[in-house]
Amino acid sequence: MTLLWILLLPLLGSLVPVFTARWNRSACALATALPPAFALMLLLYHADAILAGGSVRFFQPWIPLLGLDITLILDGLAFLFALLILGIGLLIILYARYYLAPRDSMPRFYAYLMLFMTAMLGIVLSGNLLQLWLFWELTSISSFLLISFWWHKAEARRGARMALTVTGAGGLALLAAFLLIGQLVGSYDLQQVLASAELIQQHAWYPLILVLFLLGCFTKSAQFPFHFWLPNAMAAPTPVSAYLHSATMVKAGIFLLARFYPALSGTELWFVLVSITGLATLLIGAYLALFKHDLKGLLAYSTISHLGLITLLFGMGTDLAAVAGLFHIINHATFKASLFMAAGIIDHESGSRDMRKLNGLWQFMPITATLAMVAAAAMAGVPLLNGFLSKEMFFAETLHQHLLGSLSWVIPVLATVAGVFSVAYSMRFIHDVFFNGQPKGLTKTPHEPPRYMRVPVEVLVALCILVGLFPGYLIGDLLQAASQAVLPGEVPYYSLAIWHGFNLPLLMSVLALVGGTLIYVNRKHLFDFQNTLPDVDALNSFERGVKQFAERCSQLYQWLDSGSLQRYMTLTLLSFILLAGLPLTDLVTLWGGRAELPIDAVNATGATMLLIAAFATVVWHRKRVVALLMISVVGLMVSIAFTRFSAPDLALTQLSVEVVTIILLMLALFFLPHKTPKQSESSRVVRDLSVASMVGVIVGSLSYALMTRPFNSISDFFITNAKTGGGGTNVVNVILVDFRGFDTLGEITVLGIASLGIFKLLTRIPLFKPSSDGDGRPWALERHSLLLSTVSQSLLPLAVMVSIYIFFRGHNLPGGGFIAGLVTAVAIILQYIAQGVDWVKARMNVEYQRVVAVGLLIALATGAASWLFNRPFLTSWFDYFDLPVLGKLELASAIAFDLGVYVTVVGSTLLILASLGKMTTSHRPVHKETI
Amino acid sequence: METLVACCIGFLTACGIFLMLRGRTFPVMLGLTMLSYAVNLFIFTSGRLTLRGAAVLGTSEQYADPLPQALVLTAIVIGFAMTAFLVILAIRARADLGNDHVDGKLPDADVVRKESR
Repeated sequence: MTLLWILLLPLLGSLVPVFTARWNRSACALATALPPAFALMLLLYHADAILAGGSVRFFQPWIPLLGLDITLILDGLAFLFALLILGIGLLIILYARYYLAPRDSMPRFYAYLMLFMTAMLGIVLSGNLLQLWLFWELTSISSFLLISFWWHKAEARRGARMALTVTGAGGLALLAAFLLIGQLVGSYDLQQVLASAELIQQHAWYPLILVLFLLGCFTKSAQFPFHFWLPNAMAAPTPVSAYLHSATMVKAGIFLLARFYPALSGTELWFVLVSITGLATLLIGAYLALFKHDLKGLLAYSTISHLGLITLLFGMGTDLAAVAGLFHIINHATFKASLFMAAGIIDHESGSRDMRKLNGLWQFMPITATLAMVAAAAMAGVPLLNGFLSKEMFFAETLHQHLLGSLSWVIPVLATVAGVFSVAYSMRFIHDVFFNGQPKGLTKTPHEPPRYMRVPVEVLVALCILVGLFPGYLIGDLLQAASQAVLPGEVPYYSLAIWHGFNLPLLMSVLALVGGTLIYVNRKHLFDFQNTLPDVDALNSFERGVKQFAERCSQLYQWLDSGSLQRYMTLTLLSFILLAGLPLTDLVTLWGGRAELPIDAVNATGATMLLIAAFATVVWHRKRVVALLMISVVGLMVSIAFTRFSAPDLALTQLSVEVVTIILLMLALFFLPHKTPKQSESSRVVRDLSVASMVGVIVGSLSYALMTRPFNSISDFFITNAKTGGGGTNVVNVILVDFRGFDTLGEITVLGIASLGIFKLLTRIPLFKPSSDGDGRPWALERHSLLLSTVSQSLLPLAVMVSIYIFFRGHNLPGGGFIAGLVTAVAIILQYIAQGVDWVKARMNVEYQRVVAVGLLIALATGAASWLFNRPFLTSWFDYFDLPVLGKLELASAIAFDLGVYVTVVGSTLLILASLGKMTTSHRPVHKETI
Repeated sequence: METLVACCIGFLTACGIFLMLRGRTFPVMLGLTMLSYAVNLFIFTSGRLTLRGAAVLGTSEQYADPLPQALVLTAIVIGFAMTAFLVILAIRARADLGNDHVDGKLPDADVVRKESR
């Protein structure tokens, strides 16, 4: 539970600055610092257990079926990172209090910072892959907000966009990798994944998974070739750079490398990809850092280079490389964060970050200068400071690797070269800024910062020195615990001593120091050479690239989404032809071995009529009324087919729906043109005909192949249990109201929604009322035929009686709620047609939308009633009663459910048709604004 | 018999699709109706053809498969609801947009032809 609080406290903390915004700045900063301080205490509370090699776990199931749980794990690695995040975070809060100008919104800054802190803690503490990914993306988003904190600067907005695009895209790749891993391992639980190294690495997906995973890591940790976003993110306020871009966020990628080291590393592919990327980043970053005139630019490239160094360590695969990597993570975080803060102080107190202007600051700010010099020396790897120790370990490991076979000796050489440049740019940071003459063209006279602004730098620099002097004593246990979490099996022995005797790594360090000094002294030639190279503006080319990509996409989109329905349908159908047609070509014969039924005269006649009517519909489709008549013949033939092939329920349904549909289309013709103009060119007709006939051929063949194959239906279950379990002999009806009652409930809901949608579509429709038919003939004067109205009146009670009969017998004989509802609806519609809306309205003033609601409620209530008896939703019940007069009677709860179906069908059908019919009268639905 | 039924289903599908590919709303509605006949028959016949075997217990020796029948029964009713929705949408589109083309506007060639008249 304490683990959850470590995560929740900073999250709650993001609200604190919002509420304390009215207090003075120091109080607001102090209040903001409290939640992370408590979280840090909670973390330290676990310190003993963790440093002894244990781990703490928090588990809360959420949606176990999807593998979504809230799992938190605090082991050595997570502890190390959480310590950095919370510790440096607290220092940053203090620092930002003095850094931010009065016009900057401090609460906003702190709120974003706390959000980011939560996200980072979430990454390092997560014990579930999907949960980890969520926090991963949250860091991208919160860092976007932080980088664009000064949103009035175009540079900040562009830099933030770029960082979000690059890290966000990497995050998607990471998600893909996680999903693949989840599929492979069968769980998103981190511990299970880490234990499945063999399974993952031997699977065919491993290269894909690894590449996607590394894309996520490398984009986040600014590895070459994705490093370009980091220098541009320097538009952020300096506390952000110190926190996100040196100590925490850019380390998230490296954290993942370490986290998944047990599961993904150990293969040739891992070593090649990770080490080459790390090496390239190390060299490029170190080289470019020397030429940056902006203080933060120099630090940014130096960060890239150090991140490359750590990546290279994780890619080398020697025993101690991972340990050295972890050690360097700690050291880099301390010296780089303090250097960023020092750069921020210089910027703050002298008004510039340009090293061409900043010179000789020693005389103005000696204390800050001393602090910065110590930190820069640690960065260069000067002995007695922490940077020296991890760099020594790095050099030592480069000597032990065998990555490039016989060419492996190149790596230590290149590592020394990178060390040379690292010394050179560190010297530039010290010498150019604090010595080297007098400041040029500064707008204000530099001076020391406020006392407490320096405190965070002092703390970190003190750590650099102390760790440099007493490494084993200070962080030995922490490093051991973290290494245990990363390395499978035993952690090999290593020594954190300062002095290892005269050996090759020491020689490399000395070479780096001497070479770096030489290069720095002769930097003029190198600068001249660098100036002759074309200057690549990463931001502009990136934005150009993004713009071109977006244009390509919109071209593709416009090609696909041309706004033409006919085109979409043709494309969809063509893909259907491909997808369904190709597998059919694999079949040798369509016939599946089942004997065909003989053709009799009735069926042959029916089929012929159906074919002729369908053909006639197509031929006469421009004469709409004729086409409508023809299609009704098709529908009639279909219902006859249902009768012939033993589906009386379907035949009854089809017949009544047919009536309703034709009436509906007739009504529609009142509002639509009666003729379709000839529009399609002949070529289009040919195209459509060929597409249609190809689809027809495929569907027909599929249907034939299906029908002639013998099969075992699951329906035997329904037939066996219909009477005993559902209490009815009409199996179709029992399936509808009992076995698959829940489906039916969904279906009548859809019906109700569709009718309500229609009702709403018809309100406020612009009124137009054609006064004549398509040929210009006026409508008949006599509105309602006497014959029809007389017949229909006497028909109504009869029809209602029939529908009640059909309803009640439905459970045992063909019939049921659907059919009875349709019959009733048809009978009532007939009244509308024969007598007119006014006549019906006067006698039966019902709002059909209420009927739909009542029907759905009846069905729902029937389902819910089974809860009263502690049964699952829609459990049916039936029993037999011996009643006087009526005799033995069966009562089933399914009847009540069927009643709901009946009422819904009646209501929906009438709502649809009556709403449309009323359009021509004064009863048209109008939109009523209700308050 | 199966051959005949399969031919009918294929032909209904082809007719329905051809009509659905037309440019005006009314033929599209006819096409959709026709296609739903075809689809309903297709699903129904996936339970194989049975003569004189209605799935009412105690009325025959061999029962037709009741499951596709139950599926198709609701499909018919929902198909009606969807057709109705489409019809009303078409009417509304005609009222709001002034034409009954499926894209809501007449194709350019058509406009030109009209203007040149």
